[in-house]
Amino acid sequence: MSQYADPDVLVDTAWVVAHQSDPNVRVVEVDVDTGGYDQGHIAGAIAWNWTTQLCDTLQRDIIPPGDFRRLMEEAGIANDTTVILYGDNNNWFAAWALWQMKIYGHSDVRMMNGGRRKWLEEGRELTTDVPPIARSSYTVRGEPDFSIRAYLGDAQAASAQKSAALVDVRSPDEFTGRILAPPGLPETCQRGGHVPGARNIPWAKVCNEDGTFKSADELRALYEGEGVTPDRPTIAYCRIGERSSHTWFVLKYLLGYPDVKNYDGSWTEWGNLVRAPIERAAA
Amino acid sequence: MQSGTVLRAEDYRRRRDRLEGWDIGIASYKLGGRYCCEVDNVSSGGRLARGEGATREEAEAEALNKAREMLARTRVYPPR
Repeated sequence: MSQYADPDVLVDTAWVVAHQSDPNVRVVEVDVDTGGYDQGHIAGAIAWNWTTQLCDTLQRDIIPPGDFRRLMEEAGIANDTTVILYGDNNNWFAAWALWQMKIYGHSDVRMMNGGRRKWLEEGRELTTDVPPIARSSYTVRGEPDFSIRAYLGDAQAASAQKSAALVDVRSPDEFTGRILAPPGLPETCQRGGHVPGARNIPWAKVCNEDGTFKSADELRALYEGEGVTPDRPTIAYCRIGERSSHTWFVLKYLLGYPDVKNYDGSWTEWGNLVRAPIERAAA
Repeated sequence: MQSGTVLRAEDYRRRRDRLEGWDIGIASYKLGGRYCCEVDNVSSGGRLARGEGATREEAEAEALNKAREMLARTRVYPPR
Protein backbone atom coordinates (compact mmCIF):
# COMPACT_ATOMS: atom_id res chain seq x y z
CA MET A 1 0.00 0.00 0.00
CA SER A 2 3.06 2.21 0.14
CA GLN A 3 2.55 3.49 -3.39
CA TYR A 4 -0.52 5.45 -2.31
CA ALA A 5 -0.22 9.17 -1.59
CA ASP A 6 -1.22 8.68 2.05
CA PRO A 7 -0.80 4.99 2.84
CA ASP A 8 -1.43 5.51 6.55
CA VAL A 9 -5.19 5.85 6.05
CA LEU A 10 -5.46 2.28 4.84
CA VAL A 11 -4.72 -0.89 6.79
CA ASP A 12 -4.93 -4.47 5.64
CA THR A 13 -6.68 -7.32 7.40
CA ALA A 14 -3.41 -8.62 8.87
CA TRP A 15 -2.83 -5.24 10.53
CA VAL A 16 -6.23 -5.47 12.18
CA VAL A 17 -5.46 -8.96 13.49
CA ALA A 18 -2.16 -7.74 14.88
CA HIS A 19 -3.86 -4.85 16.70
CA GLN A 20 -6.97 -6.61 17.99
CA SER A 21 -5.86 -6.28 21.59
CA ASP A 22 -4.45 -2.77 21.24
CA PRO A 23 -6.42 -0.61 23.69
CA ASN A 24 -5.87 2.47 21.55
CA VAL A 25 -7.52 0.92 18.49
CA ARG A 26 -11.28 0.83 18.01
CA VAL A 27 -12.68 -1.19 15.11
CA VAL A 28 -16.09 -0.17 13.80
CA GLU A 29 -18.25 -2.01 11.25
CA VAL A 30 -20.53 0.16 9.14
CA ASP A 31 -22.73 -1.76 6.72
CA VAL A 32 -25.32 -0.92 4.09
CA ASP A 33 -27.18 -3.98 5.31
CA THR A 34 -27.31 -3.09 8.97
CA GLY A 35 -27.97 -6.71 9.94
CA GLY A 36 -24.57 -7.86 8.69
CA TYR A 37 -22.83 -7.22 12.02
CA ASP A 38 -25.17 -9.59 13.87
CA GLN A 39 -24.24 -12.44 11.56
CA GLY A 40 -20.64 -12.23 12.77
CA HIS A 41 -18.06 -9.48 13.05
CA ILE A 42 -14.43 -8.86 13.92
CA ALA A 43 -13.83 -9.55 17.63
CA GLY A 44 -13.93 -6.29 19.55
CA ALA A 45 -15.67 -4.40 16.76
CA ILE A 46 -18.75 -2.35 17.39
CA ALA A 47 -21.33 -1.36 14.77
CA TRP A 48 -22.69 1.97 13.64
CA ASN A 49 -26.01 2.18 11.86
CA TRP A 50 -25.74 4.67 9.01
CA THR A 51 -29.49 5.27 8.91
CA THR A 52 -29.70 6.47 12.51
CA GLN A 53 -26.20 7.21 13.79
CA LEU A 54 -24.36 8.76 10.88
CA CYS A 55 -26.83 11.40 9.82
CA ASP A 56 -29.15 14.00 11.23
CA THR A 57 -32.37 12.07 11.69
CA LEU A 58 -34.60 15.15 11.37
CA GLN A 59 -33.30 17.41 8.63
CA ARG A 60 -31.19 16.02 5.81
CA ASP A 61 -27.62 16.58 6.93
CA ILE A 62 -24.56 14.89 8.30
CA ILE A 63 -24.50 14.01 11.99
CA PRO A 64 -24.65 17.17 14.15
CA PRO A 65 -21.57 17.98 16.30
CA GLY A 66 -23.22 17.08 19.61
CA ASP A 67 -24.44 13.75 18.29
CA PHE A 68 -21.00 13.09 16.80
CA ARG A 69 -19.36 13.68 20.19
CA ARG A 70 -21.83 11.33 21.87
CA LEU A 71 -21.29 8.70 19.17
CA MET A 72 -17.54 8.82 19.79
CA GLU A 73 -17.92 8.67 23.57
CA GLU A 74 -20.38 5.78 23.49
CA ALA A 75 -17.97 3.94 21.18
CA GLY A 76 -15.14 4.45 23.66
CA ILE A 77 -13.30 6.62 21.17
CA ALA A 78 -11.11 9.38 22.56
CA ASN A 79 -9.48 12.09 20.48
CA ASP A 80 -6.28 10.07 20.20
CA THR A 81 -7.90 6.70 19.42
CA THR A 82 -6.99 5.01 16.16
CA VAL A 83 -10.30 4.16 14.51
CA ILE A 84 -10.49 1.41 11.91
CA LEU A 85 -13.60 1.36 9.74
CA TYR A 86 -14.80 -1.51 7.60
CA GLY A 87 -18.07 -2.70 6.16
CA ASP A 88 -19.96 -4.47 3.42
CA ASN A 89 -20.34 -3.37 -0.19
CA ASN A 90 -16.59 -2.72 -0.36
CA ASN A 91 -16.73 -0.18 2.44
CA TRP A 92 -19.44 2.15 1.08
CA PHE A 93 -20.61 3.34 4.47
CA ALA A 94 -17.24 2.84 6.12
CA ALA A 95 -16.10 5.58 3.74
CA TRP A 96 -19.17 7.65 4.65
CA ALA A 97 -18.21 7.39 8.34
CA LEU A 98 -14.58 8.19 7.60
CA TRP A 99 -15.57 11.29 5.62
CA GLN A 100 -17.65 12.58 8.53
CA MET A 101 -14.91 11.84 11.05
CA LYS A 102 -12.55 13.89 8.89
CA ILE A 103 -15.08 16.73 8.78
CA TYR A 104 -15.07 16.71 12.58
CA GLY A 105 -11.29 16.56 12.69
CA HIS A 106 -10.59 13.11 14.09
CA SER A 107 -6.88 12.76 13.50
CA ASP A 108 -6.40 9.02 13.11
CA VAL A 109 -9.15 7.23 11.24
CA ARG A 110 -8.35 4.54 8.71
CA MET A 111 -10.13 2.09 6.45
CA MET A 112 -9.58 -1.67 6.34
CA ASN A 113 -8.74 -2.50 2.75
CA GLY A 114 -11.28 -4.87 1.23
CA GLY A 115 -13.77 -4.47 4.05
CA ARG A 116 -16.01 -7.25 5.24
CA ARG A 117 -15.75 -9.21 2.01
CA LYS A 118 -11.97 -9.54 2.27
CA TRP A 119 -12.18 -10.59 5.92
CA LEU A 120 -14.75 -13.29 5.13
CA GLU A 121 -12.91 -14.50 2.08
CA GLU A 122 -9.72 -14.95 4.05
CA GLY A 123 -11.57 -17.07 6.59
CA ARG A 124 -10.58 -14.85 9.49
CA GLU A 125 -12.21 -15.12 12.91
CA LEU A 126 -15.63 -13.64 13.55
CA THR A 127 -17.73 -13.47 16.66
CA THR A 128 -21.30 -12.61 17.51
CA ASP A 129 -20.23 -11.11 20.86
CA VAL A 130 -20.85 -7.42 21.30
CA PRO A 131 -17.88 -6.06 23.24
CA PRO A 132 -18.38 -4.11 26.47
CA ILE A 133 -17.39 -0.50 25.89
CA ALA A 134 -16.06 1.89 28.50
CA ARG A 135 -17.38 5.33 27.73
CA SER A 136 -14.71 7.85 26.74
CA SER A 137 -14.42 11.60 26.80
CA TYR A 138 -14.30 13.30 23.42
CA THR A 139 -13.96 16.92 22.38
CA VAL A 140 -14.90 18.22 18.95
CA ARG A 141 -12.14 20.72 18.41
CA GLY A 142 -12.54 23.77 16.22
CA GLU A 143 -14.92 24.21 13.34
CA PRO A 144 -15.92 21.32 11.09
CA ASP A 145 -13.80 21.04 7.95
CA PHE A 146 -16.35 21.67 5.24
CA SER A 147 -13.62 22.06 2.62
CA ILE A 148 -14.22 18.37 1.87
CA ARG A 149 -17.97 18.78 1.45
CA ALA A 150 -19.74 20.17 -1.61
CA TYR A 151 -23.18 21.71 -1.48
CA LEU A 152 -25.71 22.23 -4.22
CA GLY A 153 -24.22 25.63 -5.12
CA ASP A 154 -20.79 24.08 -5.59
CA ALA A 155 -22.22 21.43 -7.89
CA GLN A 156 -24.17 24.04 -9.85
CA ALA A 157 -21.03 26.15 -10.30
CA ALA A 158 -19.05 23.11 -11.36
CA SER A 159 -21.69 22.25 -13.93
CA ALA A 160 -22.35 25.73 -15.30
CA GLN A 161 -18.96 27.40 -14.94
CA LYS A 162 -16.69 24.34 -15.01
CA SER A 163 -15.23 25.44 -11.69
CA ALA A 164 -14.52 21.82 -10.78
CA ALA A 165 -14.53 18.40 -12.39
CA LEU A 166 -17.74 16.55 -11.60
CA VAL A 167 -17.43 12.82 -11.11
CA ASP A 168 -20.64 10.81 -11.10
CA VAL A 169 -19.72 7.52 -9.45
CA ARG A 170 -23.05 5.75 -9.97
CA SER A 171 -23.64 2.92 -12.38
CA PRO A 172 -24.04 3.68 -16.11
CA ASP A 173 -27.75 2.78 -15.83
CA GLU A 174 -28.26 5.48 -13.20
CA PHE A 175 -26.09 7.96 -15.10
CA THR A 176 -28.20 7.62 -18.25
CA GLY A 177 -31.51 7.63 -16.40
CA ARG A 178 -32.36 4.03 -17.29
CA ILE A 179 -33.01 3.48 -13.60
CA LEU A 180 -33.56 5.98 -10.78
CA ALA A 181 -31.72 4.02 -8.09
CA PRO A 182 -29.98 0.67 -7.79
CA PRO A 183 -32.46 -2.18 -7.41
CA GLY A 184 -33.71 -2.50 -3.87
CA LEU A 185 -32.43 0.83 -2.60
CA PRO A 186 -35.31 3.07 -1.67
CA GLU A 187 -33.90 6.61 -1.73
CA THR A 188 -34.78 7.90 -5.13
CA CYS A 189 -35.53 10.94 -7.24
CA GLN A 190 -38.14 12.37 -9.56
CA ARG A 191 -35.95 12.33 -12.65
CA GLY A 192 -33.15 10.13 -13.92
CA GLY A 193 -29.92 11.25 -15.56
CA HIS A 194 -26.91 13.20 -14.39
CA VAL A 195 -25.57 16.66 -13.69
CA PRO A 196 -24.60 18.28 -17.01
CA GLY A 197 -20.89 18.02 -17.59
CA ALA A 198 -20.29 15.15 -15.19
CA ARG A 199 -18.03 12.25 -16.11
CA ASN A 200 -19.28 8.76 -15.26
CA ILE A 201 -16.59 6.87 -13.39
CA PRO A 202 -18.41 4.19 -11.37
CA TRP A 203 -16.98 3.75 -7.89
CA ALA A 204 -16.53 0.00 -8.38
CA LYS A 205 -13.85 0.58 -11.00
CA VAL A 206 -11.40 1.38 -8.20
CA CYS A 207 -11.71 -2.07 -6.62
CA ASN A 208 -10.25 -5.46 -7.31
CA GLU A 209 -12.49 -8.51 -7.27
CA ASP A 210 -11.68 -9.15 -3.60
CA GLY A 211 -12.78 -5.65 -2.63
CA THR A 212 -9.31 -4.20 -2.12
CA PHE A 213 -8.26 -1.03 -3.90
CA LYS A 214 -6.42 -1.16 -7.18
CA SER A 215 -2.86 0.10 -7.33
CA ALA A 216 -2.10 3.80 -7.42
CA ASP A 217 -0.95 3.49 -11.03
CA GLU A 218 -4.22 1.84 -12.05
CA LEU A 219 -6.27 4.43 -10.15
CA ARG A 220 -4.32 7.31 -11.67
CA ALA A 221 -4.81 5.90 -15.15
CA LEU A 222 -8.53 5.52 -14.51
CA TYR A 223 -9.18 9.11 -13.44
CA GLU A 224 -6.64 10.88 -15.61
CA GLY A 225 -7.94 8.88 -18.57
CA GLU A 226 -11.30 10.55 -17.96
CA GLY A 227 -9.75 14.00 -17.62
CA VAL A 228 -10.01 14.13 -13.84
CA THR A 229 -6.61 15.43 -12.82
CA PRO A 230 -5.13 16.69 -9.54
CA ASP A 231 -4.52 20.21 -10.84
CA ARG A 232 -8.26 20.95 -10.77
CA PRO A 233 -10.84 20.87 -7.97
CA THR A 234 -13.00 17.75 -8.08
CA ILE A 235 -16.50 17.04 -6.80
CA ALA A 236 -17.72 13.47 -6.50
CA TYR A 237 -21.39 12.59 -6.23
CA CYS A 238 -23.65 9.55 -6.37
CA ARG A 239 -27.21 9.10 -5.10
CA ILE A 240 -27.04 9.89 -1.39
CA GLY A 241 -23.33 10.48 -0.89
CA GLU A 242 -21.98 7.19 0.39
CA ARG A 243 -20.54 5.76 -2.83
CA SER A 244 -19.07 9.16 -3.60
CA SER A 245 -17.40 9.29 -0.18
CA HIS A 246 -15.64 6.09 -1.30
CA THR A 247 -14.41 7.85 -4.44
CA TRP A 248 -13.55 10.95 -2.38
CA PHE A 249 -11.35 8.70 -0.22
CA VAL A 250 -9.58 7.32 -3.27
CA LEU A 251 -8.93 10.69 -4.87
CA LYS A 252 -7.92 12.44 -1.66
CA TYR A 253 -5.88 9.82 0.16
CA LEU A 254 -4.82 7.17 -2.32
CA LEU A 255 -4.04 9.59 -5.16
CA GLY A 256 -3.41 12.74 -3.14
CA TYR A 257 -5.63 15.14 -5.06
CA PRO A 258 -5.45 18.38 -3.06
CA ASP A 259 -9.01 19.64 -3.56
CA VAL A 260 -11.70 16.94 -3.55
CA LYS A 261 -15.19 17.34 -2.20
CA ASN A 262 -18.01 14.90 -1.61
CA TYR A 263 -21.40 16.25 -2.72
CA ASP A 264 -23.60 14.31 -0.31
CA GLY A 265 -26.81 15.90 -1.57
CA SER A 266 -25.98 14.01 -4.73
CA TRP A 267 -28.59 12.82 -7.20
CA THR A 268 -31.42 12.65 -4.67
CA GLU A 269 -31.01 16.41 -4.33
CA TRP A 270 -30.28 17.39 -7.93
CA GLY A 271 -32.74 14.92 -9.45
CA ASN A 272 -35.58 16.33 -7.36
CA LEU A 273 -34.91 20.00 -8.06
CA VAL A 274 -37.51 21.87 -10.08
CA ARG A 275 -36.01 23.10 -13.35
CA ALA A 276 -32.54 21.74 -12.68
CA PRO A 277 -30.82 20.93 -15.98
CA ILE A 278 -30.26 17.23 -16.59
CA GLU A 279 -28.32 15.26 -19.16
CA ARG A 280 -28.93 11.65 -20.08
CA ALA A 281 -26.31 10.93 -22.70
CA ALA A 282 -23.87 8.16 -21.88
CA ALA A 283 -20.38 9.30 -20.92
CA MET B 1 -25.73 -18.21 15.55
CA GLN B 2 -24.63 -18.99 19.11
CA SER B 3 -23.35 -16.11 21.17
CA GLY B 4 -19.74 -16.35 22.22
CA THR B 5 -18.78 -18.71 19.44
CA VAL B 6 -15.75 -17.99 17.30
CA LEU B 7 -16.76 -18.35 13.69
CA ARG B 8 -14.95 -18.40 10.38
CA ALA B 9 -16.36 -18.17 6.92
CA GLU B 10 -15.40 -21.45 5.29
CA ASP B 11 -15.24 -22.42 1.65
CA TYR B 12 -15.96 -18.90 0.41
CA ARG B 13 -16.98 -18.98 -3.25
CA ARG B 14 -17.83 -16.16 -5.61
CA ARG B 15 -19.18 -16.21 -9.13
CA ARG B 16 -21.08 -14.05 -11.60
CA ASP B 17 -24.37 -14.83 -13.28
CA ARG B 18 -27.39 -13.20 -14.95
CA LEU B 19 -30.76 -12.78 -13.26
CA GLU B 20 -33.80 -11.07 -14.75
CA GLY B 21 -31.50 -9.49 -17.33
CA TRP B 22 -29.07 -8.08 -14.75
CA ASP B 23 -25.49 -9.06 -14.03
CA ILE B 24 -25.21 -10.33 -10.49
CA GLY B 25 -22.47 -11.52 -8.18
CA ILE B 26 -23.13 -14.49 -5.92
CA ALA B 27 -20.96 -15.10 -2.87
CA SER B 28 -21.58 -18.02 -0.57
CA TYR B 29 -19.82 -19.55 2.43
CA LYS B 30 -20.38 -21.68 5.48
CA LEU B 31 -20.56 -19.87 8.81
CA GLY B 32 -21.21 -21.55 12.13
CA GLY B 33 -22.82 -24.64 10.65
CA ARG B 34 -25.11 -22.68 8.34
CA TYR B 35 -24.56 -21.58 4.78
CA CYS B 36 -24.85 -17.91 3.87
CA CYS B 37 -25.30 -16.35 0.47
CA GLU B 38 -25.08 -12.74 -0.66
CA VAL B 39 -26.26 -11.56 -4.07
CA ASP B 40 -24.99 -8.26 -5.46
CA ASN B 41 -25.97 -6.14 -8.42
CA VAL B 42 -22.72 -5.96 -10.40
CA SER B 43 -23.48 -2.63 -12.07
CA SER B 44 -24.09 -0.63 -8.90
CA GLY B 45 -22.08 -2.93 -6.64
CA GLY B 46 -24.93 -2.86 -4.15
CA ARG B 47 -26.21 -5.80 -2.15
CA LEU B 48 -29.51 -7.20 -3.40
CA ALA B 49 -30.28 -9.96 -0.95
CA ARG B 50 -28.98 -12.37 1.63
CA GLY B 51 -30.05 -15.92 2.27
CA GLU B 52 -29.26 -18.66 4.73
CA GLY B 53 -29.80 -22.39 4.70
CA ALA B 54 -28.61 -25.79 5.82
CA THR B 55 -26.88 -26.26 2.48
CA ARG B 56 -25.21 -23.92 0.01
CA GLU B 57 -28.01 -24.61 -2.46
CA GLU B 58 -30.68 -23.62 0.07
CA ALA B 59 -28.88 -20.42 0.97
CA GLU B 60 -28.39 -19.48 -2.68
CA ALA B 61 -31.98 -20.30 -3.54
CA GLU B 62 -33.29 -18.04 -0.78
CA ALA B 63 -31.01 -15.15 -1.72
CA LEU B 64 -31.69 -15.55 -5.44
CA ASN B 65 -35.46 -15.62 -4.90
CA LYS B 66 -35.31 -12.38 -2.94
CA ALA B 67 -32.99 -10.83 -5.51
CA ARG B 68 -35.23 -11.93 -8.38
CA GLU B 69 -38.24 -10.22 -6.79
CA MET B 70 -36.25 -7.07 -6.21
CA LEU B 71 -34.93 -6.92 -9.76
CA ALA B 72 -38.34 -7.68 -11.23
CA ARG B 73 -39.76 -4.70 -9.33
CA THR B 74 -37.08 -2.32 -10.60
CA ARG B 75 -38.57 0.13 -13.05
CA VAL B 76 -36.46 0.55 -16.16
CA TYR B 77 -36.96 3.64 -18.27
CA PRO B 78 -36.50 3.51 -22.03
CA PRO B 79 -33.94 5.83 -23.64
CA ARG B 80 -35.39 9.30 -24.28
